[in-house]
This record gives sequence, C-alpha cells and structure tokens, in this order.
Amino acid sequence: MLGYALRRIAGVIPTLLIIISASFFIVRLAPGGPFDQEQTLSREVRANLDRVYGLDQPITVQFGRYLRALSHGDFGPSYKQRDFSVTELIAQGLPVSAALGISAMLFALALGIPFGMLAAVRRQTSVDIGVSSLVVLALALPGFVVGPLLALLFGVYLQLLPVGGWEEGAPRYFVLPAITLALPVFGYIARLTRASALEAFQANFIRTARARGLGFRRILWSHALRPTLLPVVSYIGPATAFVVTGSLVVETVFGLPGTGRYLVQGAINRDYTLVMGMVIVYGTLVLLLNLITDLVYGWLDPRVRHE
Amino acid sequence: MVAAGVILLLVVAAVAGPLVSPYAVDSLDWQHLAVGPFDSGSHWLGTDRLGRDLFVRTVNGVRTSLVISLVSTTISLVIGVTWGATAGFIGGRTDALMMRFVDVLYSLPYLFIVIILTTLFERGSLPVLFCAIGAVGWLTIARIVRGQTLSLARREFIEAARATGLSTPAILFRHIIPNITGPIVAYATLTIPQMILFESFLSFLGLGVQEPLASLGNLINDGAQEMQSAPWMLLVPAVFLVALLMSLNLVGDALSDALDPRGQGESRDVGPAGGQGEQRDALDPSRQGVSRE
Repeated sequence: MLGYALRRIAGVIPTLLIIISASFFIVRLAPGGPFDQEQTLSREVRANLDRVYGLDQPITVQFGRYLRALSHGDFGPSYKQRDFSVTELIAQGLPVSAALGISAMLFALALGIPFGMLAAVRRQTSVDIGVSSLVVLALALPGFVVGPLLALLFGVYLQLLPVGGWEEGAPRYFVLPAITLALPVFGYIARLTRASALEAFQANFIRTARARGLGFRRILWSHALRPTLLPVVSYIGPATAFVVTGSLVVETVFGLPGTGRYLVQGAINRDYTLVMGMVIVYGTLVLLLNLITDLVYGWLDPRVRHE
Repeated sequence: MVAAGVILLLVVAAVAGPLVSPYAVDSLDWQHLAVGPFDSGSHWLGTDRLGRDLFVRTVNGVRTSLVISLVSTTISLVIGVTWGATAGFIGGRTDALMMRFVDVLYSLPYLFIVIILTTLFERGSLPVLFCAIGAVGWLTIARIVRGQTLSLARREFIEAARATGLSTPAILFRHIIPNITGPIVAYATLTIPQMILFESFLSFLGLGVQEPLASLGNLINDGAQEMQSAPWMLLVPAVFLVALLMSLNLVGDALSDALDPRGQGESRDVGPAGGQGEQRDALDPSRQGVSRE
C-alpha cells in the first residue's frame, strides 16, 4: 500500500510542474506585455515598472521567482484589478465556488446512488426505463443550456427561486446553480451504480448468500452495496474535475461571485496573472482529488495496488 | 434513422437557410426589434433586440458549429492517428515514452490550457479555435489507434510487408491505417458532437466565436441575458443545439456499432466541459475500471 501511494504521489508531481511551467511560459512567450495597453510610457517609467515587477530579469530567473512566490501562496499582483493581488481574488471567490461544488457533489451522490440501485433492482421494468431516460437527458444536456432553461422555468415563469445572484450565500440562491452543476454527474453516477449493481448481483458470493437463505434486503445492503460503490468511488475524482470546469459555466449563467467567473472574466480581460493563478489552483485541485481517489480506491480494492 | 434525418435537415438548413431568407446574419431590421416567432411574416423565428433575424442567425450558428467541429475533428484525427500508429508500431521505449506523454496531457484539465490560449491570441480568430479544440480530441484517438496498431503489428501480412523491404512510414500509411479505418471513423463521428459542445461552451463563455458572427453558444448566451423579455431568443438556439447533439450522438453510436463490432477499446474523451471524459464512458460504465490506469 505504501509503495503504491508513493508511486501515485510521484506521478502527480511532474504533471503539476507541467501545469505550472506551461501556464508560465505560454503567457510569457505571448506577444505583448502587461503594460502595452497604457499610453506610451517614457522609457524611464517603463524601465522602472519592469524593475518593480521583475520583468527585466532573464526569463529563467523570473520563473524561479514565480515558483518561490507560489510556494508561499503568492500568485503575484492582478494586472487588471490594480488594488488586488491574485491571491486575494482567489480567496474571495473560493468559498462561493466551494459551497457550490460541494453541494452539487452531495446532491449528485445522494440522488445518483439510490436511483441507480433502484433501476438495477427493478431491472427492465418501467422504473428502470424511467430512470434510464432521465439519465440520458441529464447527460446529454450541457450546463449552459440547462442553466438558463431552469432559470427561465423556476425564476421567470414560476417565480419560485431567484434567477441569479448571491445574497450573502442564502441557500435559495444556490439551489438552481447546484442542480445545474449536479445533473450530468448525477446521471453518470446513476448509470454507473446501475451497471455495477447488476454486475454485483451476478457474483458468486451473492449466489452463496442467497443459497444460505439470507433475505433480499440483507443481501442488498450488506453484501451487494460495497462492490457496487467501488466504481462510484473511482468516479469521484473525474466528477470533481467536471464540477470544477462546469462551475465556470454555472457561475457565469447565474452571476455568482466565484472563482470560475473570475477565471472567465480574467480570460476576457487578458488578466494574465489571474488566469495563470486560477489555472494552477484548479489544476492542482483536480490532480489532488484524482490522487486521493486513486489512493482510496487502492485501499478499498487490493487488486488495483498490485497491477 | 430519425436522427440521420434530423442531421440531414439541419445540414440542409445550415447550407440553404441563409439563401431562403431575405435577411443576412448581421442585417438590422429597425421595424421589428425583438419580435417573437411567427409574429411577423418574414421573421420566422423572431428577431433579437437589434432586429437581427433569429432563424438566419441560428442556422448560421449551426453552420459555424459544423464547420469548426469538422475541421477540429480532422486536426485531431491527423495528430492522433499519426501519434498512435507510430507509438504502437515502433513499440518498446518509444511507445512507452509517447504514451506517457499522452497520459500526462490526459490528466491536465485541458480546458484551462485552452482558456490560456484564447487569452493570449486574438479572441474569435477561427484558426486558434480550430487548433485549440482540435488539440483536445487527439489524445483519445491516439490511444485507440495505438491499441489497434499493436494488435495488427504482429500479423503476418505486416511481417510480409516488412520482408519485402517497405519502409516504416509506408507500412504505417499503406497497411496499418487502412486496416483500422473502421474504429477510427466510428470514433470520429462521436468526436464531432463533443467538438460542437466544446465550441459552444467556449462561445457561451465569450471566449469562442465573437459577435457579429453567430454560433449556437453565443446565441444561447445572448438569449440567456434576454430571457425575461424575449424567451424565444434562448429557446430557439437551445432547441437547435440539443437536436444537433442528440442526433449526432445517436448516429455516432449506430455507426460505431456497425463499423466496430468488437467495441472501441478505449473510449474516454472530451466531456461536456472539455477533457474530463463524460459521455462516451458513460455509455458503458463497465469499462470504468479499465480506463483508469
């Protein structure tokens, strides 16, 4: 187990370095600098600015400095929002995005697993068909279509929930965003649960349990559930990655002040440091969650460790 | 079949639509600002706030989406097939290195790299979009092609070809690739809707196709902003997008069943949000365990 964990952790580090250096060098190689859009500056002012921001140093030195600052959690100043550092912006947006993402994940898990189990138990009945159609729909509709449609239905026509905004995190402001974000994940988890439950029902140990005369419920909850949930656990990593990217859309649709929206705004305004910082934060998050998923999976299922 | 019909209809509309309607994509009609569908004789699906004809814009958006997805699918095919076939055929350390590279790229949240790219280059420039989107798709194709090539490379006719003194590239392009067109085509048809989704996703965020050009993504974004006063501006492009995606997916599934009876070996790919592998995998959850290392 320890060896497996170490191998996994070692695998993450180069990827992380690639993310950081790719975002750093792509940004630096791009034509134009951060001060180009201002009125032409006199050469002295320009040189001063460059010196303050360390832009007069060779690029390798700049990279080293950036790495050192990063290790202290400092992403540098935002080029467009002058009074803020990127770290401050991220710190502002992260609670909102985290609340949104976590509620979406919980929602997807809380509905996806029971729905999938239900469909598997009632296999090839109208229940199964109903769940499967719901799943197809949830998977096929992209968030930027579902979001506005839900807002139109519940916000404009039924007047039940706010169309957007974020009044100090009142729960009703993130019902719709969380549902929008959770839908595809829900669909995927339900489908995964159904398929793996069906597989589990076929397993020998279930047959043994049945032969020993155990009741249906007992078999379902204490024997079939664990192997059923294994693939779901392994999907949590990718699902989180999906939720992270999906939050870009959802935060834009519903006007939530989260990091996803900052990233989009930053990309539109060409705020290089902000985009770079966000990409690194999100990339790290995705990698870490994938790592944790792998480790948990290795712990749950010893077969994986020895491959 | 129905799905194929819908695609045909959409393609015909995309090509011929602008010819049938008297309006151009960016022509303004001051007499009819934000009228609903069927309210005014010549604007079949209504107009937007600036009096632009929504039918023409939507149909143009479909065309933009189709063109972008076709070009970027082609780009990812070229890269992916070459990469995968080379790795699979040469084998050994080269193979391990090349596929390791693919693995690393796979674990990157690719959308972010695309966002960086669109931040740097002129927004809405189509070549950048093509490359950015095309670069997303090739990883999965490379994996599929490598798998197929590995199994072909040991067959007798390849050995025969080598014995007659053919060079490696010649064997690759004349013997190996023609033999795996089935799975490639099957996968490519499923890539197209992913690309459309990705393009409209970027355009929706304002990072893809820019006004006055129309794309389904930026039309939906416009519509979402006006939905309280003019809900049809949201509904029309949304319906077109969903119809297009659904029918392409259905046709793709049918084709891959027909062309690739063994089932595509590896099928993680570009998910709705780019790079996270949702939909294809979703079709066969039992493969989950396999696709993770």
